[in-house]
Amino acid sequence: MTLRQISVFIENKPGTMVKITEALGNVGIDIRAASLADTQDFGILRLIVDDADKAKKALTEIGCVTSVNDVIAAEVSDEPGAMTALLNQTASTGLNIEYMYAFISPKTHKVYIVLRIKDVEKAVKVLSEAGIALADESDIK
Amino acid sequence: MKAPKTHNIYNPERECMSREALRELQNERLRATVKREYDNVPVYRERMDAKGIKPEDIRTVDDLRYLPFTFKTDLRDQFPFGLFAAPKSEIIRIQGSSGTTGKPIVSGYTKNDVDVWSEMVARALVAAGGTKDDIIQIAYGYGLFTGGLGAHQGATEIGAMTIPMSSGNTQRQIMMMKELGATMLCCTPSYATYLGETIRDMGIDPKKDLRLKSGIFGAEPWTEEMRRRLEELLDIDACDIYGLTEIAGPGVAFECLEKNGMHVNEDHVIPEIIDPVTEEPLPYGTSGELVFTTITKEGMPMLRYRTHDICVLHNEPCACGRTTVRMGRITGRTDDMLIIRGVNVFPSQIESVLVSVKGVAPFYMLIVDRVNSTDSLEVQVEIDDAYFGDTVADLERIRNEIGEKIKSVVGISAKITLVGAKTLPRSEGKAKRVIDNRKLH
Repeated sequence: MTLRQISVFIENKPGTMVKITEALGNVGIDIRAASLADTQDFGILRLIVDDADKAKKALTEIGCVTSVNDVIAAEVSDEPGAMTALLNQTASTGLNIEYMYAFISPKTHKVYIVLRIKDVEKAVKVLSEAGIALADESDIK
Repeated sequence: MKAPKTHNIYNPERECMSREALRELQNERLRATVKREYDNVPVYRERMDAKGIKPEDIRTVDDLRYLPFTFKTDLRDQFPFGLFAAPKSEIIRIQGSSGTTGKPIVSGYTKNDVDVWSEMVARALVAAGGTKDDIIQIAYGYGLFTGGLGAHQGATEIGAMTIPMSSGNTQRQIMMMKELGATMLCCTPSYATYLGETIRDMGIDPKKDLRLKSGIFGAEPWTEEMRRRLEELLDIDACDIYGLTEIAGPGVAFECLEKNGMHVNEDHVIPEIIDPVTEEPLPYGTSGELVFTTITKEGMPMLRYRTHDICVLHNEPCACGRTTVRMGRITGRTDDMLIIRGVNVFPSQIESVLVSVKGVAPFYMLIVDRVNSTDSLEVQVEIDDAYFGDTVADLERIRNEIGEKIKSVVGISAKITLVGAKTLPRSEGKAKRVIDNRKLH
């Protein structure tokens, strides 16, 4: 009930990102979602792709520092108050969100909020019990 | 305002003695020092025994060449008291600086050592026009670093009014300088330039608003261009001073107002220039590595200490009347030591920090620059694949850890820049690990 996210270390200088997207495009990787966290000197590009292992391999080959980890992608309906309903669940159970971003899956046509929560297992349990649908790899392939 | 050029001499009997008489004094003091080392410091005795030399074999300065060298690593290996030649109860002061790999080095001074050192700085201050009527502002750091206390003792020795400001707090420095009417300044040349620039920015005119006439500036290499700029900014005579903790501190050598090389206090230290490769002594006028032997020090005497500084010794007479040899500006190093904001920095220290931090590879590049008269150090370090995560907080934590450790080991703040894996040059024999954009030589 989780998705695999690939994170890439980015030096803050022009041309870094394009090398990454180029390398992914060359091996036919489809990017589902992207989010860039930045500081003054460096950034971390986080990607949800259709094949995380293949993407990691392609990026390692061009010398990128990468890591892959599990994140939760919670389905929300596109209507007022939907986000609040989701966040109420994490807040009331003491789950801390480190970052989040959203995407629409071309396969299911649904909106997903990617949530980075340290205790993934607990988060999966809490959100599933609250009746919130969580995406897995089949929803994005 | 610059004063008319004078050539006051603190101790004419010593500073202007004939070369023959000086040589006699040096011979006598050298013999006593060698005996002291042999009798009290096991490592010196072992080394001399290994070369088959007895103290009585060393009769004159010409015999120096038979003695073994002392290296900075000896101070690290014998830390803290292994090189002391006096009982600890006779030591009244410890001074120190950072070593080459994070372990500090220290030196111990007897009461007499502190007195000798004070006189060496007093000579420097007098050579720069100082008298008991002067008001001397000391903006070197006080503490283990020899700059602050060294200058302080010298100023006290000549009976001047001493303002122990220590380093930093520029606005307060300028306020005190102006209100107390400081006439002399002691600090690093880069900090003096920064003070001068700030003074100008504040609309203060040194000619009208300040009473500064001269200063002695040391602890880092500087150039004639920097001297001209500093003299113009502050409307003073700027004199160079040289020293190192291992030998005494500032005052080992100093410039007179001729500003033509630094007079070495040869009644207390014997300078040699050697070829750093063959280790053979070189004649006056030839560039090579500067080596010092102390001949009056009791606490931690040094035989043939390798400074790694490259310079020339001149023995032509100086117009000031002193008969001592003069050392030219330091034109380079025979090792990879950098002097950043007056602090000695070895790339190996940075490396020792990096291997202790999880999350980075021990590949790095040091970029040294001088912006607004202040040295800056940037450490570029590679992220380690195995520890890279997905959160900025993790990277910030790694960066802060490196910054804090460098600050505590080396003693200066550095800007830490994380870079991608395998982007920095790899060690192929001698990898280039330092880019120094300052123009110091």
